[in-house]
Formats: sequence, C-alpha cells, structure tokens
Amino acid sequence: MGIIKAVKLCHEYIHRDEEGNVDNIETALDNVDLDISQGDFIAILGHNGSGKSTLAKHMNVILSPSEGTMYVDGKDTSDEDELWNIRQTAGMVFQNPDNQIIAGIVEEDVGFGPENIGVPTKEIWARVENALSKVHMEKYRHHSPNKLSGGQKQRVAIAGVIAMKPKVIVLDEPTAMLDPIGRREVIETIEELNKKEHVTVILITHYMEEIVNADKVFVMDHGKIVMQGTPREIFSKVDELKSYHLDVPQITLLAHKLREKGLNIPEGVLTKEELLERLCQLS
Amino acid sequence: MLRDITIGQYYPEESFIHKLDPRVKLLGAFLFVVSVFIYDNLLGFAIMTFFLGLCIVTCKVPLKFMVKGLRAILFILILTGVINLFLTPGTSVFSWRFINITKQGIYNTVYMIIRLTYLVLGSSIMTLTTTPTRLTDGMETGLRFLKFFKFPVHEVAMMMSIALRFIPILIEEADKIMKAQMARGADFETGGLIKKAKNMVPLLVPLFVSAWRRAGDLAMAMEARCYNGGEGRTRMKPLKYQKCDYIAYLILFIYLGAMIATRIIFKADTLFGMYS
Amino acid sequence: MSIILNHVNYIYSEGTKIAQHALKDINLQIGDGEFIGIIGHTGSGKSTLIQHLNGLLKPTSGEVYYNGRDINDKDFSRKELRSKVGLVFQYPEYQLFETTIFADVSFGPKNQGLPENEAGLRAFEALRSVKIPEELYYQSPFELSGGQKRRVAIAGVLAMKPEVLILDEPTAGLDPMGRDEILDEIARLHKERNMTVILVSHSMEDVAKYVDRLIVMNGGVVAYNGTPREVFSHYKKLERIGLSAPSVTYLVHDLFEKGYDVDVNATTVDEAVETILNCFKK
Repeated sequence: MGIIKAVKLCHEYIHRDEEGNVDNIETALDNVDLDISQGDFIAILGHNGSGKSTLAKHMNVILSPSEGTMYVDGKDTSDEDELWNIRQTAGMVFQNPDNQIIAGIVEEDVGFGPENIGVPTKEIWARVENALSKVHMEKYRHHSPNKLSGGQKQRVAIAGVIAMKPKVIVLDEPTAMLDPIGRREVIETIEELNKKEHVTVILITHYMEEIVNADKVFVMDHGKIVMQGTPREIFSKVDELKSYHLDVPQITLLAHKLREKGLNIPEGVLTKEELLERLCQLS
Repeated sequence: MLRDITIGQYYPEESFIHKLDPRVKLLGAFLFVVSVFIYDNLLGFAIMTFFLGLCIVTCKVPLKFMVKGLRAILFILILTGVINLFLTPGTSVFSWRFINITKQGIYNTVYMIIRLTYLVLGSSIMTLTTTPTRLTDGMETGLRFLKFFKFPVHEVAMMMSIALRFIPILIEEADKIMKAQMARGADFETGGLIKKAKNMVPLLVPLFVSAWRRAGDLAMAMEARCYNGGEGRTRMKPLKYQKCDYIAYLILFIYLGAMIATRIIFKADTLFGMYS
Repeated sequence: MSIILNHVNYIYSEGTKIAQHALKDINLQIGDGEFIGIIGHTGSGKSTLIQHLNGLLKPTSGEVYYNGRDINDKDFSRKELRSKVGLVFQYPEYQLFETTIFADVSFGPKNQGLPENEAGLRAFEALRSVKIPEELYYQSPFELSGGQKRRVAIAGVLAMKPEVLILDEPTAGLDPMGRDEILDEIARLHKERNMTVILVSHSMEDVAKYVDRLIVMNGGVVAYNGTPREVFSHYKKLERIGLSAPSVTYLVHDLFEKGYDVDVNATTVDEAVETILNCFKK
C-alpha cells in the first residue's frame, strides 16, 4: 500500500434549508480510487468544482469520507485515535497565504505546529531552524509575515509544515494568488523538497507549466478521476483535456498544432528544448 | 488614513526593553497607567516624563513612529481638550459672547492632554517592543491564576494574538474595498450622520464577509497543523525571567514608590494639578 | 486622445522615512478604442498607475488629462470621471454587498444619479453582456461560484457604461476555462462597444493574445511601450526585470539562432505555428 490510498472514496456535501431539511446533496467525490507511492511528485488537475480540493482535505482529515476509506501511511482516516498522527504525516498548504499564517513573526509561525504536538522547546528550535533553511527563508526569520511577498509567505507556510516532519505535503493551489516570480519560488522550493528530502508532494494547480516535472498526474472531473498518467501521457491528449476545461502548456499546444498541420512531431512534447530538438530532426 | 494606526504594531529592534519578559512589560504598562492618574504636582510630572523619556530612548523605536500612533487618537484629544477648555467653571480669563474660558479650564485641558498622550505613548511602548505572540504569551502565563476561576485564559490569549495579526490585513482590505466602491461612485464623505452611516454598508458588508471567510480558512489551517487548544502544548519561547527582568521589576517599583511619595509628601502645586 | 499622463509622479507617504516613489515621471497617451495591456511584477507601480486614471489617487506632481481636461482640476466632476473610466479591482467579487445580484449591479448606475428604472435597465443589460443566466438575477451574489461572482462584479462596473474599462488582473485565481471566458468576454466588449480597455495582467501569454499595445512597468517607470511583438523582442531584457516573454517567443528565437528562417517576432501560438510551417514546409 502506498503512502496515500483511497478506496471507493465518496464525499457528499449536504445542504440544508432554514428548517434543517435536506435541500440538496452535492456529490463532491464519487468512488475515487487512488494509490500514491512514497516519494512521488503528484499533480492533481481539474477545473473549479471538480472535487480536487475536497480530495486534498481528506488526506489531512479536515473532511471524513461519507463512504469508502482513505488511508494515510496505512492509517484509516476515520479512526479518531489516529487523527493527530495523520495530520502530522500529511501536512497541508492552502491557497491564500495570509489566511494560514498564525503568528506575527516568521519563526514563531513555523514553530506553531511543533508546539501543538508537544515537541520539547529545544527541539522546536532545531526544527524551525531546519525548516526555514529548507525553504531558504532563514534571512527573514525575525520578520513580520505582513512585510513579505506572496511567494515568501507561501514558503513560510511550507516551512511550517516541514517543521512537523511530514511524509506528505499536500498543496491546494498554493500559487493561485501569486505573481510569476512568487510562483517560480514556490514551485522550485517544493521540487527541491521532493528531490532532496524525498517528501511526497501532492500539488493541486491550474498552471500546467508547473507540473511538467511531476511523476504522475491525475485529472478530476465531477468528483471522479478521469485521467491518470505521466505528464507526457496526459498532455498528449490535448482534446480530451480541453473537454475537462483544462489547458496544456503553451509549448505542448504549439507542438500539437504543428502535428495537426502535418509535421512529424509526437504528441505530449513538454519543454521548449524537446520541441526544438524534434524540429531540428525534421530537416 | 487607516494605515496610520501604529497601536498594536511591533517594531523590530534589539533593545533592552525588547528583550524584557512580556510579563514585566505588562505590569510596567499597568503601573505607568496608574502613575499617570496619581501624579498631581510638578515633581511627579518631571519624574513621569523622565521615566517615559528613558523608556523611549532605551527602546530605540523612533519617536516619529510613536507620535504617528497619536494621530489615531487626535480626534479624542481635541474633543477632550475642547470640552475641558470651554466647559470648566471657574475664574474667567477670556470671555466673548457665550464663550467663557477659565483658568481652571486651561489647566484641565493641558492636564488631560498630557494624561492621554502619556497613556498612549506608555502603552504603545509595550506593544511596539513586544510581538503580539509574546504579549499574549505574557498574558497567558501572567494571568494563569484566572484559570482557577474557569476563565479560558489560553483561548482568549490565542484570540487576541490572531486579532492582532489580522488587524493590519483587514485595514488594508478596508482601504481596497473603499476604493473599489468609490470607483463605482460610492460616496463616503458627504451627507449627514445617518446618510454617512448608510453609505458605509457597501464597505462593511464586504469587509465582514471577508473577515468571516478568513476566519474559516484560518481555523482550517490551524486544525491542519494539529492545533487542539491549550492542552499538551509546548512552547517555542517559554517565558523565563532573566537577570534584566528582575532589574526592570526593581526599577518599576522604585518608580511607582517615587510617584506615590511625591503625591503624599509634596502638595499639589498650581501649575499642573490644583484644579483637577 | 482620451487619456494623457503628463510627467506624473506619485510618492506614497511623502516626507516620511517610509516614503516610496511609486511612479516616476510617467508620460503616456491612451487613445480611444485601444486595447492595452499593462504588465509588471508586484510593486512595479502598475496598480498605482491605474488608480490615477480615475482619480482615486492624485499625482504628487504632473497632470492626468481626460478628453483634454485635467481630471484633478477643481471644477472637474469626480462623479462624472468615475462613470466614464470604470475600474475593476483585483478580486472584484470581494466588493459584492447587496442582497440580490440585480441590486448589486444597479449600485453604480444609482450612484450616477439615474432614476430607478433606468438604473435597472442598465443592470439588466450589463448582466446579460457578461452572460449571467436570468434566473439568477434575484439570488444572493454570495451563493454564486467564483467565476460567476467575478462576472457579476465586472457587470457592476459595466452598468455605469464607461468609455474606458480598466481591469486589474481579472483572471487571478480562476481555472483555465474561467480565464478564457472572461478574457474573450472582455475582447468582445472592446470590439462591440469600441470601448477602450486596459488590462493589467501577470500572464504574458494572455496579453500577447489579446492586446494591441503593451506597457511594461518596472520600478515606477515605463520600461517598454509598444506592440506585443516589439516589446517581446526585448525578451532577454525583460527577464532581467523579472518578466518573461511567452514560451513560443523563446522557441522561435532558438530556432532562428540555429539558422532557421522563422519570424522571431511571433508571440502567440498561432503566429508561431504559421511561421514554423512556412519554414519547414518549404
């Protein structure tokens, strides 16, 4: 069993009217099966409302399954005794950088998680030190989060998760509110964590360029996983992706269109270098 | 305008006062506030001013930055000033139609303005030199005895520290929403009191909705990071008194003693206290 | 000539230690019916710049003219200016406040002093042009999806029938489809109503696809000002200020360097397809 495994996972949001009667039931997750290996870089794609955020929240037990089971590191998330263990194992970074930083000083915020789980003071300091260096934010440890850029804030949030020594980091659209520079900072940070620390990364995003280096991509639509595979496999199906309201990276789209016009270029070209090479081979 | 509020903002610096235990600073601020209310003569005023000046110099926060905080209470200062100036009965020094300014009125005005200014400056030294987290830590530890009376000390302290962190964010947001509504022709300036209040709806509703959304997000983020109330929590920066804290306590009590002594030993003089 | 900026400077908190020279001697002309993109990273002065165009900020020195009149003149009506120059802020859905979508969109026209029925008509038109289904008009704006909320918020400004529409990152946080829908919508409004549109964006791909002219801001000055092709030809210099050209531009430049006869000024996918096909099918 992988580090994260979902078996026929269902989630329903029940909306009630003013009298408390069930108004309508919205199926956010519909029989999702998923198995993620330790150390992988996983990307989850899907348009807004496709259920990807709901899925992420199950990995951190912010939500519990309506039906089916979710296992994190072999532990069933509906087992209440394991709640705090699971939350330590699978840390979570959210979209809005302002709404997840609790303390008024960077280092104190990074220490917030370890404080909650009762880590002794001396070790908290060691963990904070380590976590800040992993995201290259040591210089800012005494700063107020309000003075940081969006990308820096997200790196602080990531450090806050690393300080819990997780095996998995789930990032729910961490770059949606950032500018291109901030986006690059965050993606480089998580790629480095995945490679050097072998932390399993689960990245939810709308930016296709961010996931060309992922090990595996899942595409969600209407609460179901509708596509899965390597970025190359996924991005070679441009039209299918479009039907799920998704994009491909600009270079992939260019390659796809050139192929349609009769040039001998394979589907699923991901990078500029690759396309350049393919084009040079043509003549 | 809204950005000018410096109360509750931390000014990073490495000073003696910054390093003090927050419990010392809390008690210090409290004793200073007491002293502001008990002084009634020039010597007391001199000691108080000297003490405040000493703190301002030692804490290394630029005076300009502190004075900016006063701007937020400028309206209150003027209002108290005006009320005292025109409405205090006594020996008249200036009279014109219905306006009657008395000697006592002038004294009271000066006296009240000094009190309020010192009050704000004194307490802002505490907030400027202590991070909100340490401040609430100080409260949580310093007021731990209240737990005995079933008072949720930890929860209140956590709420306060979060509120302090989000005040600047919400102020900026209010600024943004205000501008956005102005771009849709909203008018926040003209009209009578009732119309003005009504005109605030387009600002207040979005601000409230946003605060609500942020609160939800934050609660989720805290839960995701294993926050489970005060039980079983350890501290990254546990409060421990150092030598300098004991020295500070000593200085504080000497100061308070001096202030009480001046009040008892010396009689109120005419310059600053007599008519109060 | 609809908008002219003449030696505009803006300094935040002037005279204090934290003073910040946000705009430095800006000279720009924005003609009627243009579709303009403004790019620059956070803190480059682009938000400050657009707030000058409808008088929310007043230049520290210099003048802003709208149709030949200085907008900061005492006798120039702010109210009139704001209905002519519509500004949609970032995350505009955060400004919704009324109980119904319809009432929210009527807020602007009512502030313009239009009678109830006229304001309602404007709201109706605006909501229709952003394609909000009619059955939603009397629902609470807070129950809509993210993309719908944003369109309602944009309708709130459109209902004022502005001659110039400025949008500060209208697609931030939307998914790819939501993004394309909004941008297509804006392009259509530009075309159909001949409205001047100023689009502030982080996405080079988006601006290259839609705008006629691109203004690049950096450190409070206009770094580049020209057609996307002209601006992106400086792609190496753009990188030095933290921006980049669309990825296809890099590709055609690389091809050119390898000796292929491609048009290095291609900035969109379609342009790149065309020039590469021309080169390779020969």
